[in-house]
Amino acid sequence: MAEIITVTGLNKSFKRSAKQQKLEKTKQRLVQAVSDLSFSAQQGEIFGLLGPNGAGKTTTLRMLATLIKPDSGEAVLDGAAISSQPALVRTKIGFLTSELKLEEFFTPNYLYDFFASLHGVDPALRDRRKSYIFEKFGIRDFAEVKIANLSTGMKQKASLAISLVHDPEIIIFDEPTNGLDVITAKVVTDYLVDLRRQGKTILVSTHIFSLVEKICDRVGIIINGKMTACDTLDNIRAGQSLEDRFFDIYSEAVGAVI
Amino acid sequence: MKSNVIAIMKKELARFFGDKRLMLSAVLLPGILIYLVYSLMGSALTGMLETEEDYRYTLSTVNFPQSVSALTRDLKADITAIDAAEIAAAKAAVAEKTLDLLAIFPEDFDAQVAAYDPASGETAPRVALYYNAARTESAAAYNLMTGVLNTFESALANKFDINPGDEDFDLATDKDASGFIFSSLLPMLLMVLLFSGCMAVAPEAIAGEKERGTIATILITPVKRSELVMGKIFALAVVALFSGASSILGTLLSLPKLMGGASESMSAVFYGPADYLMLAAVVLSTVLVLISMISIISAYAKTIKEAQTSVMPLMIIVMLVGMTGMFSGGAQAAAPYYFIPLYNSVQSMVGIFSFNVSASHVLVTVLVNLALSAAFGFVLTRMFNSEKIMFNK
Repeated sequence: MAEIITVTGLNKSFKRSAKQQKLEKTKQRLVQAVSDLSFSAQQGEIFGLLGPNGAGKTTTLRMLATLIKPDSGEAVLDGAAISSQPALVRTKIGFLTSELKLEEFFTPNYLYDFFASLHGVDPALRDRRKSYIFEKFGIRDFAEVKIANLSTGMKQKASLAISLVHDPEIIIFDEPTNGLDVITAKVVTDYLVDLRRQGKTILVSTHIFSLVEKICDRVGIIINGKMTACDTLDNIRAGQSLEDRFFDIYSEAVGAVI
Repeated sequence: MKSNVIAIMKKELARFFGDKRLMLSAVLLPGILIYLVYSLMGSALTGMLETEEDYRYTLSTVNFPQSVSALTRDLKADITAIDAAEIAAAKAAVAEKTLDLLAIFPEDFDAQVAAYDPASGETAPRVALYYNAARTESAAAYNLMTGVLNTFESALANKFDINPGDEDFDLATDKDASGFIFSSLLPMLLMVLLFSGCMAVAPEAIAGEKERGTIATILITPVKRSELVMGKIFALAVVALFSGASSILGTLLSLPKLMGGASESMSAVFYGPADYLMLAAVVLSTVLVLISMISIISAYAKTIKEAQTSVMPLMIIVMLVGMTGMFSGGAQAAAPYYFIPLYNSVQSMVGIFSFNVSASHVLVTVLVNLALSAAFGFVLTRMFNSEKIMFNK
């Protein structure tokens, strides 16, 4: 399989505000969110970024999605570099995170067409894709209902459908099942597996062990902004449950027993 | 125009014109409220300053001389002669608003006036007029009686007349009058109302999208930041123009009531197609400047509320610049004034409304405004590229 995502030595720091410095009782102005992070993902696999809250998973994904720029390092997604070709990167990825919201005034149908036009999707192709995915996610009956009036699960499914409007080769998904009921969560995870079957590459970040064990082929464990372990799921587990193995790795990394 | 710019414009316009609540608050309500408030203000002011047409004033007089009495025959007034003993009661009646005026003359007023020599340095005969300024009719009665006494005083030493007869000595045409009134009022009103229109829509469309997290959803598409900025600014300018037009319509409709008799000679028919065309170019380019300025402020803000608060100082500046048009006594003749943003728009409008417009000044104004809008658009594009600004919560 060909390497489709290559991340090399990514670094990202943020400035703390005076208020944050006071709250965190520190005089350090900079906080290192991601530190010398490298990993790669093969075409047609689901790669899971696993780590606790604040580990740097979302920051990493936001850099890959070109929403924020790294301080240093590079990532190449399907041949497009995030530093020099951000617009090209955006044509190749579908990015979904809870911080990206759909305008509540519009309907899924309107927004699907709007984002399809921004991606330059041919109207006939757009209609075929829309029909398929709205049917698959059970959105068809709600296609003309304003986003504001949809349930959380339906909003998430509409967001997923819209993020894939241009049929990207790479799908980047931040906490895909966060806040979803079990039925919607299953629809979403089943669809990710389905996308892998179609040869798409999926990068998910999560702190849910069961999700990683269920769908991921390879796993990268991020702790305090650093890639602490990165391998196939089986190699990472090393005969243990992923949860047990994670806590071993975590304890080694932070020097504390949990 | 690129398809992405059009797609964003269509989305923004659909957002505003499809939302009944937003349409009502940003477009319809300003015009309706301005019309109602100005009309009520006009009616109230007219009511305060004018008495009813068939009202008869009630006057009490003490020692009312025949010479003055002859001049009051045409007054719509019931004049009652009273004794000196009734003065206190009459004063109380004026204070209680049941009597409009109490006029007290010296006993031998005519003789005293005839004998008085202004060059003597002695005290002149005194007439006391008691009135109540808090009652419109009483104040009007005071003005009437003062007028009568002034006429009487002039008649005593009539050496010359000013503008005698029925001839119309005011040589100003209706066109001049319209030009004077419109050029004094409308530039300021237009600037403020256009700014209000921009303020009603830009914070919602920029800071609101940031606050709700919906702008990031567009930022991860291949659309260029400059296309996003252009689409938003053009769409917001259209909505702001609608909002401004609603306010302007409300103002123009209420103007006759607000200005009372002064509006009788006013008419917009004196302005030709070229005037309207130049006005449209100035208004449109001004809206682009205002909307891009407010958009920049809104992009810095984290919330709609913060954006609206931050825009207020700019509104005061626009209002002050607009007010310069009221006192400039006509449009500036020197070209450099038309390179000053906002002030150039006001001066161009003054020129157009006062029929003293220079096409080259209007052209400079429009070009400066367009160049400034482009510069602000560039700044906004840079801001949309900045993660600190777009994702700073």
